[in-house]
Amino acid sequence: MYIAVLEEAEHKKGRRTTLKRRTKVLICPAVRKIGLLALMSVACVASAEPTGFFNTPTNIFAPASTPAKTIAPLAIFVMAITGIIFVVVFTLLAYAVIKFRGRASDAGREPAQVYGSTQIELAWTMVPVLIVVVLYLATARVIHAIQDAPEPASALEVTVIGHQYWWEYRYPGLGVVTANELHIPVSDPAHPRPTFLTLLSADTDHSFWVPELAGKTDLIPDHPNRMWVDPLRTGIFLGQCAQYCGIQHAKMLIRVSVDSPEEFSAWVREQQRPAIEDGRVAEGKHVFESSACINCHTVNGTAANGRFGPDLTHLMSRVTIASGAAQNTPENLRLWIQNPDAIKPGCLMPAMKLSDADLNALVRYMETLR
Amino acid sequence: MSSNVITVSGVQIGERPWVDRLHGWLTTVDHKRLGILYIAYGLSFLLVAGVEAIIIRIQLMHPHSGAVSPEVFNRMFTMHSTTMVFFAAMPILFGFSNYLVPLMIGARDMAFPRLNSFSFWLSALGGLLLYFSFLGGSGLYGAGSAPDVGWWAYAPLTARAFSPGHSTDYWTLSVLVSGFGTVGTGINIVATILCMRCPGMKLSRMPLLAWLNLVMAGMILIAITPLSAAQMMLLVDRYLGGHFFDAQAGGAPVLWMHFFWIFGHPEVYILIIPCFAFMSEIIPVFSRKPIFGYPVMVAATVCIGFISMSVWAHHMFTVGMSSYANSFFTFTTMVIGVPTGIKIFNWLGTMWAGQIQFKVPMLFCIGFLFQFLIAGLTGIMLSCAALGWQLSLSYFVVAHFHYTLVGGVVFAIFAAIYYWYPKMTGRMLNETLGKLHFWLFLIGFHVTFDLMHIPGILGMPRRIYTYEPGRGWDTLNLLISIGAFIQAIGVLVFVANLVISYFKGDKAGNDPWDAWTLEWSVSSPPPAYNFASVPTVESRRPLWDLKHPEDPDSRYE
Repeated sequence: MYIAVLEEAEHKKGRRTTLKRRTKVLICPAVRKIGLLALMSVACVASAEPTGFFNTPTNIFAPASTPAKTIAPLAIFVMAITGIIFVVVFTLLAYAVIKFRGRASDAGREPAQVYGSTQIELAWTMVPVLIVVVLYLATARVIHAIQDAPEPASALEVTVIGHQYWWEYRYPGLGVVTANELHIPVSDPAHPRPTFLTLLSADTDHSFWVPELAGKTDLIPDHPNRMWVDPLRTGIFLGQCAQYCGIQHAKMLIRVSVDSPEEFSAWVREQQRPAIEDGRVAEGKHVFESSACINCHTVNGTAANGRFGPDLTHLMSRVTIASGAAQNTPENLRLWIQNPDAIKPGCLMPAMKLSDADLNALVRYMETLR
Repeated sequence: MSSNVITVSGVQIGERPWVDRLHGWLTTVDHKRLGILYIAYGLSFLLVAGVEAIIIRIQLMHPHSGAVSPEVFNRMFTMHSTTMVFFAAMPILFGFSNYLVPLMIGARDMAFPRLNSFSFWLSALGGLLLYFSFLGGSGLYGAGSAPDVGWWAYAPLTARAFSPGHSTDYWTLSVLVSGFGTVGTGINIVATILCMRCPGMKLSRMPLLAWLNLVMAGMILIAITPLSAAQMMLLVDRYLGGHFFDAQAGGAPVLWMHFFWIFGHPEVYILIIPCFAFMSEIIPVFSRKPIFGYPVMVAATVCIGFISMSVWAHHMFTVGMSSYANSFFTFTTMVIGVPTGIKIFNWLGTMWAGQIQFKVPMLFCIGFLFQFLIAGLTGIMLSCAALGWQLSLSYFVVAHFHYTLVGGVVFAIFAAIYYWYPKMTGRMLNETLGKLHFWLFLIGFHVTFDLMHIPGILGMPRRIYTYEPGRGWDTLNLLISIGAFIQAIGVLVFVANLVISYFKGDKAGNDPWDAWTLEWSVSSPPPAYNFASVPTVESRRPLWDLKHPEDPDSRYE
């Protein structure tokens, strides 16, 4: 797997795209060789592990988007350098401990009293200084490449708003609003289509972290942040809030669906439609519109236009509810409406205390919000 | 005849009623008693915060575990970290500073004994306030108990909208009050070292422990004050309608981060520099050689002191600073590795060609060197801002700073306790129990914190009360918890050793380690006011000069 990562990085080197500045491999070849050695040793260790040990959905060494792909080789490079330092110093320490241990024959004699040596001390000051310079330059390149990357005209804009304890996604150019499950298009290297995220917070600090796509960036009230991803393959990418935001910080999960261009367009078209009207669930809709639900939730085309909770217009297009805390099944929906604390204790959704009949009608109505 | 008049041998201290003895301890202004009070107080909190850590680890043994509720978990990690930093590590280190600095520089007490006592009791009050929150935190709202905002308490989570009740107030007040105590101690250490040295003890002849405490105390004066200011601003925000950190009224949550970390990063060095001081005293004695490169060690410490004031925003790589700010703090953070590296090399140089004696204090020192090396190297990784975007706020960071604070600070504290306990109590700690403690704690430490790096790399964020299965975190977390239990057993052995040896330990005598600094020239425990006649020193190792009159250090300095 690790070798594959590096091969992909090598492969990208020859590519000519508008994202070239970002995608070019940032470390000089000689240095990269050291990285490769370390990489191979890590790969050897990894292959000795039980299968799938490192094959996890949130591994920073399985990058699938340029920012993460730029960071991973830097990580390996830095680990290689620090690994070498570790081996050298550890060897010296182990040697000293073994070679210079006190022996019975020492009794009564003190060793030669040495007070220092300017030359040696100068040497072990200068070598670290040089290492620092190398590491700094390697890092600075990556920082600027990721952070100062120009935004191409083809980029998709998404506004991410962190709430206690869920994610709101707004697509300003497309008029789409959704929650918890972010849909973005895959970015074909020949026709790059990165997604630029504007990060806002409605309450406390949060942090958006999908390790295989990019490093994390915080969402801070009144402090808009930007980050970008350009996923190079389709699929589901997982992550979660990384900045402690309150009682349910742990269940503020992120699910990113990277769609093919066709899938993405279809998804956008679905999301742009108003909620489906279905006469068979009028009773449930009545319960919804006449209870406190509408204070916090929006369903397009109804009286519900609250903004505190997730937009429910296309609730059934999502795989999970409660920001990934539960699968989106009728049973879970029922439990969530009746007693949210059973799924996510301390979340801000109140228990609705509905009668069984009302609850069943309401869940049936929810099931039509496709 | 006159000697009969002034001899007080007829008075047995032990015969005084316990109320009197207690009164004596509560009202003491003696630096040695205050030092022991600090250490005892810090050790008690170390045990309490250790129990909190065990609760955290029990909850995280399995995914979706229900051992404790999320509220309790959040309180536990907040209390664990606040306690460990402010009420365990700092008091223990201040205790050693208090106890050792006057003895090592040939002084009879600290410069301001009553300020010293006042500082200790302020710190003690701070700790009690923090723990009173379990009872008083609910407040009139009936909400909350102990603080649950994390030890860096980022705004706006601390605003009244998000933290009703009084738990956050107890956190703020306890940190504020103990902060005043800390500043008092800082002033006292600086004044003592600059003004109270015995004849002949030039700055260039001070034991490194005194030098490093001088740097540490100077850093306190610069670093603790912004923290106190921020706590006051937070109180103003919460109760007087201030808007320092209130984004809805034009305040800036990022301002709190800057205030907190301009304290928070120097704080790490305030904790580790006294530990460097222990290393610089203990390693030479058990290697039977003087410290290698004394002037460079002093210079490196002073460098660390200065540079550590310019690295704080590496805690903020994810908050959206400009690429130039990120590069700047990457650079300063990497540069601080240079003087730190010098120190490690110089300790190695001290051991080189020595006759290393593997007594328990030295074992802990070697453990410290090994772990602090790794902690420094993972620190270098995290200092790369781009890599920090992935690793900060993850379990990798948790592993990194526990490597410095447990593998570094706690190992150094254990080394110091094994080394100076004979001086403080007059009895040796049991060597066998000590070795058992060392190996249990070492193994537990490495099982826990070596493995803890991996979930971070696999995307596990910190401060989550539960986690999803299937992300490669499950087995690792179980093993990490098992390591924590092994460490806990090691600490229990240590506590047993402290108690048993106090009553049954071998008598220590003045100088059990054949050491060279002035504290070993007086009885164990030292008499009131330390020195019957103020000593005069000729070199950095006055007792070496006494023991080797044919080859005194003073010839070579």
